[in-house]
Amino acid sequence: MKGKKRAVFWRTFLRDTLFLVIVLAVAVVLLGFFPEKRVVVTRVSWKFFVELILILPAVMVLMGLFSVFISRETVVKYLGKTSGLKGFLLALFFGALPTGPLYVAFPLAAVLIQKGARRANIVIFLSAWACIKIPQEVVELQFLGLKFMAARLALITIFVILMGLIIERIINWTEQRPAPSKKADHSPDI
Amino acid sequence: MSATVIIINLATLACFILAFLKDRQKAIRGLAVAAKAFIRILPLVFIIIILIGLLLGFVPQALIARIIGEQAGFDGLLLVAFLGAILHIPSLISYPLAGSLLEGGASVTAVAAFITTLTMIGLLTLPLEIKELGKKMAFLRNGLSFIVALLIALLMGVIL
Repeated sequence: MKGKKRAVFWRTFLRDTLFLVIVLAVAVVLLGFFPEKRVVVTRVSWKFFVELILILPAVMVLMGLFSVFISRETVVKYLGKTSGLKGFLLALFFGALPTGPLYVAFPLAAVLIQKGARRANIVIFLSAWACIKIPQEVVELQFLGLKFMAARLALITIFVILMGLIIERIINWTEQRPAPSKKADHSPDI
Repeated sequence: MSATVIIINLATLACFILAFLKDRQKAIRGLAVAAKAFIRILPLVFIIIILIGLLLGFVPQALIARIIGEQAGFDGLLLVAFLGAILHIPSLISYPLAGSLLEGGASVTAVAAFITTLTMIGLLTLPLEIKELGKKMAFLRNGLSFIVALLIALLMGVIL
């Protein structure tokens, strides 16, 4: 398992590096043909590089720490059977903690459904995981500014809760009409 | 150095010290995870900064503004929202790209739409989502996310 993970790691790394070489080659050729653009392109790239490299290591360390300290069990324990506004807020909170990419969240959400968590909370959890992650907010703050970040965060929080409630309604509504045994088809197998 | 940079680095340092005091081994394991993630994202970081340089250096502001600027129509908004939905750019490096678009003449609405669909909708991860959560839930979540992203983007344009 661990060896396989390592192989995947290096494969993606090599793929990305190859892609980088191609992009770099294109840039060199372009700048060779348009020498007057050299100054502006390198100045812009350098500026963005500095802005990114000043926060990226910290963001990575935050993500690393949280992924080690917050276990799946913790999330399942807290989200399995909370309800009401507290449930929404917990789903937002656990979704936003900096713990890994979205594809890690799907199996976790499947477990939560099995444990009887509300559909609305699952949707909120997944959406928060996708777009309210703390590392993302940090990088957004750095590149798009406080006003942009705060406005989008507030809007997303509101809409994600609404979306959770709407999806829950739709699913409950469509599942009521067929026989209750139909429900078993949707429960994921792990 | 901006306040953001200082605050983030200090907060991270504080978190690490707390973690280290709580459980030394776990804290070090966290650092190892971080180092690995950093190495993995490094090529992408270089790719994105080169692309940003080329974008702002070669693509005229007028062109960006015409397609996704303040005066651009709903088509441009739909286009970037759609691109955000199908593209698979790690979110951390998509923010510098979004920032450069904003600098290059794109509207707040367009940039907000791009970022929001990019993070909320995953066509690449859709098969996994369907497998784990069922078709209904996966399609509803991704579909509604697209609409929500457009609404958020339009409201952002009104607010900012």
